[in-house]
Amino acid sequence: MKLTGRAHRYGANVDTDAIIPARYLNTSDPAELAQHCMEDIDSEFLNRVRPGDIIVADTNFGCGSSREHAPAAIKAAGISCVIAKSFARIFFRNSINTGLPILESEEAVDETDPGDILEVELATGEIVNVTKNKSFRAKPYPDFMLELIGAGGLIEHTRRKLGQGGDTQ
Amino acid sequence: MTLAEKILAAHASRDRVSPGELVNVKVDLVLANDITAPIAIREFERIGVDRVFDPRKVVMVPDHFVPNKDIPSAEQAKMMREFALAQGVVYYEVGQAGIEHVLLPEQGLVVPGDVVIGADSHTCTYGALGAFATGMGSTDIASAMACGEIWMKVPPTIRFVYHGRLPRWIGGKDLILYTISRIGVDGALYAAMEFTGEAIADLSMDGRFTMANMAIEAGAKAGIFRVDDKTLDYVRARASRAYHVYEPDDDAECNTTVEYDVSRLEPQVAFPHLPSNARPISQVGTINIDQVVIGSCTNGRLEDLQVAAQIIRGRKIHPKVRCIIIPGTQQVYLDALRRGLVEEFVSAGAVVSTPTCGPCLGGYMGILAAGERCVSTTNRNFVGRMGSRDSEVYLAGPAVAAASAILGRIAGPEEVTN
Ligand code: SF4
Repeated sequence: MKLTGRAHRYGANVDTDAIIPARYLNTSDPAELAQHCMEDIDSEFLNRVRPGDIIVADTNFGCGSSREHAPAAIKAAGISCVIAKSFARIFFRNSINTGLPILESEEAVDETDPGDILEVELATGEIVNVTKNKSFRAKPYPDFMLELIGAGGLIEHTRRKLGQGGDTQ
Repeated sequence: MTLAEKILAAHASRDRVSPGELVNVKVDLVLANDITAPIAIREFERIGVDRVFDPRKVVMVPDHFVPNKDIPSAEQAKMMREFALAQGVVYYEVGQAGIEHVLLPEQGLVVPGDVVIGADSHTCTYGALGAFATGMGSTDIASAMACGEIWMKVPPTIRFVYHGRLPRWIGGKDLILYTISRIGVDGALYAAMEFTGEAIADLSMDGRFTMANMAIEAGAKAGIFRVDDKTLDYVRARASRAYHVYEPDDDAECNTTVEYDVSRLEPQVAFPHLPSNARPISQVGTINIDQVVIGSCTNGRLEDLQVAAQIIRGRKIHPKVRCIIIPGTQQVYLDALRRGLVEEFVSAGAVVSTPTCGPCLGGYMGILAAGERCVSTTNRNFVGRMGSRDSEVYLAGPAVAAASAILGRIAGPEEVTN
């Protein structure tokens, strides 16, 4: 699947309170959450973002809380994929589990400016910066993770496991 | 193998595991709260099984927005309550509960050697008991509620050794803020932090919970302590379940070992907007404040309130400061009440609240307006964490928080008590 969108560029340690402030966690409806995505660190984000756009950030993206509301808000805001130098571990799991594509690539991040047009091929991890005419390759996922993604996320994977294996205890 | 590896190997029915390996581990306890349970329950229902794998091993605690702050939060708490009662899982109602990470150890629900996963990032708190405990998202929790196991990547271990005797007023919060200031908010990304050394042996259980609690603030998967007599005394007084003490091998390979001499450590204050921005109190300068919060899963235990009381006792909260003190659980509240601490706080002009996360995550019970500054014993000072995006949170231990409440500016305990 090929994703195409404009880059929204952020620095290091974008935390889950920046992605979706905790004061809005009295709901888990993605559409409502999306209305507050990034509002404390980038008040223009919601005006700028177009469906398919891509968030590009430095290290430790998604640090802080375990709230799954964070990848949900990003997805519902129209973002198709997040590219960062590294991800906080709970955010990484949550994204894989809930189907928000995330890719790790130092080079792609370093070479991307705000507004650049990017193309991402998820199957191969190829990232093309169309504006700068450069291409990069993201770190590959471990096989187990590919299996999870292939199954359609953790819930599907668990369904299959319990359906096939019966009692796992 | 390290302590973390031993626990994971045992729960994966393996002789050995090594860092980087992906393993399926059986879990001893699965936790969710009023914010994360609703999503977990919806995902659980999609799996198509009727019952959780073992209701004695699933715990649900309403703590973030309870007593409910508004209608949507009441709906979320209600959804969790109905599921919990229908499934017969371990559930604590408002009035018998408190902040999950203070409550679970206090109720004896976590014991040494356990693997615990919780839909809350500060689940790592239970590492103080020699358990492997880590935060995950709601979907992971849903899957574990259904099948009692979860995949994990075995983390490398970073060992932190604290040498020397702790100076007066220095506690777990100062040690962990200092550590995070040295290694950064991703300094232990994906790793297990193992805390050891003479200073740790001297540290109380409450102080150890504070340290393990903030391992996530360095990006870690877990923070873990070896079990000693203090741990066993704590556990035997509370738990009825069998426990298992794992010892790291003498030749256990750690990814890195970091050593600190803490015998001259000063109280630490983390400036906005990252927990890693810590400075010693002597380098803080004059910073006037509007609010102080003493509480949370980091510093809402009895010892924290006792430290605060030593400073507040017989004095008055500064007239321009709102001082909000939140015992972590009903038990902590009762203990504080019986010891006379609550009366001392109220006489001094502080608010004493029922247990709740409340202001820690900017929920309610002490939200900051634009331009306001707060000294807080909580664990995160991100932009907007406690209210307006233009407010500021300074993280510290209870001694600095209490002294600041008296003087109206960020201050060390000795400025008040000397
Ligand atoms: S007290 Fe704060 S950090 Fe702890 S569980 Fe509650 S909201 Fe999270």
